[in-house]
Amino acid sequence: MSPDLLLRIGSATIDTIYMVAVAGLIGSLIGLPIGIFLATSGKGELFPAPTLNHIVGLIVNATRSTPFIILVVAIIPFTRLLTGTSIGTKAAIVPLTIATIPFVARLVEAAIREIDKGLIEAARAMGATPMQIVFKVLLAEARPALTLALTMTAVSLIGYSAMVGAVGGGGLGDLGIRYGYQRFMPDVMLVVVIVLIVLVQLVQSAGDGLARRFDKKNRKT
Amino acid sequence: MSVSAQSATPSADAAVVFDGVSKHFPASGNSGAFTALDNVSLTVDRGSITGIIGRSGAGKSTLIRLVNGLEKPTGGKVLVNGVDVGALDEAALRALRRSVGMIFQHFNLLSSRTVFGNVALPLEISGMDKRAIEQRVRPLLDLVGLADKHGRYPAELSGGQKQRIGIARALATEPKLLLSDEATSALDPETTQSILELLKRINAELGLTVLLITHEMEVVKAVTSDVAVIDHGRIVERGHTFDVFTHPKHATTRALLSGLAGSKLPDAVVRALKPQPAAGDRAVVRLTFFGAAAEKPLISQLIKSVGAEVNIIAGTIDEIGGAPYGSLVVAYGADAETSGRAERFFTENGLVTEVLGYVA
Ligand SMILES: Nc1ncnc2c1ncn2[C@@H]1O[C@H](COP(=O)(O)OP(=O)(O)OP(=O)(O)O)[C@@H](O)[C@H]1O
Ligand SMILES: [Mg+2]
Repeated sequence: MSPDLLLRIGSATIDTIYMVAVAGLIGSLIGLPIGIFLATSGKGELFPAPTLNHIVGLIVNATRSTPFIILVVAIIPFTRLLTGTSIGTKAAIVPLTIATIPFVARLVEAAIREIDKGLIEAARAMGATPMQIVFKVLLAEARPALTLALTMTAVSLIGYSAMVGAVGGGGLGDLGIRYGYQRFMPDVMLVVVIVLIVLVQLVQSAGDGLARRFDKKNRKT
Repeated sequence: MSVSAQSATPSADAAVVFDGVSKHFPASGNSGAFTALDNVSLTVDRGSITGIIGRSGAGKSTLIRLVNGLEKPTGGKVLVNGVDVGALDEAALRALRRSVGMIFQHFNLLSSRTVFGNVALPLEISGMDKRAIEQRVRPLLDLVGLADKHGRYPAELSGGQKQRIGIARALATEPKLLLSDEATSALDPETTQSILELLKRINAELGLTVLLITHEMEVVKAVTSDVAVIDHGRIVERGHTFDVFTHPKHATTRALLSGLAGSKLPDAVVRALKPQPAAGDRAVVRLTFFGAAAEKPLISQLIKSVGAEVNIIAGTIDEIGGAPYGSLVVAYGADAETSGRAERFFTENGLVTEVLGYVA
């Protein structure tokens, strides 16, 4: 493989990491509060707002059930509005972020709903405000599960980021399509796939390790 | 607990007053409407350990949750230190909750926090600074005998140790009232006793009022000074623990009492019991004696007075609220003559009796 190609693979890897990191960060920052809201706004819960809960839930479901590739195309005007372009790494970040938000929201919701209701009851009995319960009880107790949720998000994002390559999104997927597929260079395709696998492995084991560190419940003594 | 709870002016030293309290759960989803509490009136004296006992679903948890406003009554009033809990807004309610400790059947400790962190939680919530928290938590861990575990996580503790942490946590804000919802139900008998001892000590040393709910008479017997029996959302009997144990009036109380160790009849006897005597049958009678009667050589006198064979089927000598108390189940001829002599003897000696049935 030529040094030029290797260089391209290197920069495509950096592009992928960049897209995943930025979309993951922004998507999680928005998705996390939405997830908390979904988990705590049902009837009789901390911030009861069943109607809004229902509406937000519907929007989240709608976004999640839209196939990613269709989402990418469908929001092109919005992407152009934000970034001034519809192709390349920067443009790809927009649909990736949009797809991340509901994904994170549902995972966060599930992680928080897992928490024993008795803990919320105990905190209420201590005179905690709903906000104190969110920060001191829910988020603290869900930390291992949230870590795993964010890990899963990052892994999915790596996959999605490769998909945006198909529509000129930049990064490893883009490289794989243009060289591996269109110019029929199977070795490039192979390297791209290997790099993706390694990325996923790294993210997964880092996340698993961190989650295990946070988990004080299932400790081996 | 005073029986005058119906009156409009509750006694001045009441820690908690339930005044005609009802709790009605409206129908929702596939479950119909349900009245969990029906016109409950009860006074919990300051400094007492008051027990509320009842079967599963009787409404115990609902009742205790009204005290710190986790649940609102649909009728009547709950007064804590004279304050109507139901009338408080959220902020005032939170302030009240900080002055009422609560412990739970499943401990409800945060798995993500150490022992220290768990006890510190209510103090963090109340906005206390780190140094003051440190100074408050250490003696509490000493009090419950777990100072050496302060850096451990709940997953590394036994059930009894977890409940001790639960108690330390409940005491952190220096409450004057402690609520206990089946705090020993998940523990073995020995651990239960040690937790109950701890509650007793706290009650005596800190002058803390304890309101505990349980379905176990053992618990009521071991620690409470007063007791109320709840059944289907109503208080069916209440009074000093000793009186309720020695003169149970309601069938539910009797049923709950019959589960006590020493009160339990052998299975073979229970199976053989008949409600009506036939000729030649023997009456099975429970004798309850206490105070002076516990000192007398009753058995030999009984045998002498009855002038017939008397079998002892079960018996126990125990203490309730610090007073000696005995319970004896005996069998003797059910014929009119023997029974008459036995009854005279019981009356003369001030024994409380209950005919449990007849055996062949
Ligand atoms: N939120 C609720 N909605 C509807 N019904 C309820 C609700 N909470 C409790 N109940 C009903 O009220 C009754 C009393 O419940 P409660 O939890 O007070 O019983 P308990 O005496 O504490 O029983 P246990 O010993 O099993 O804990 C039960 O029949 C229960 O089904
Ligand atoms: Mg209960």
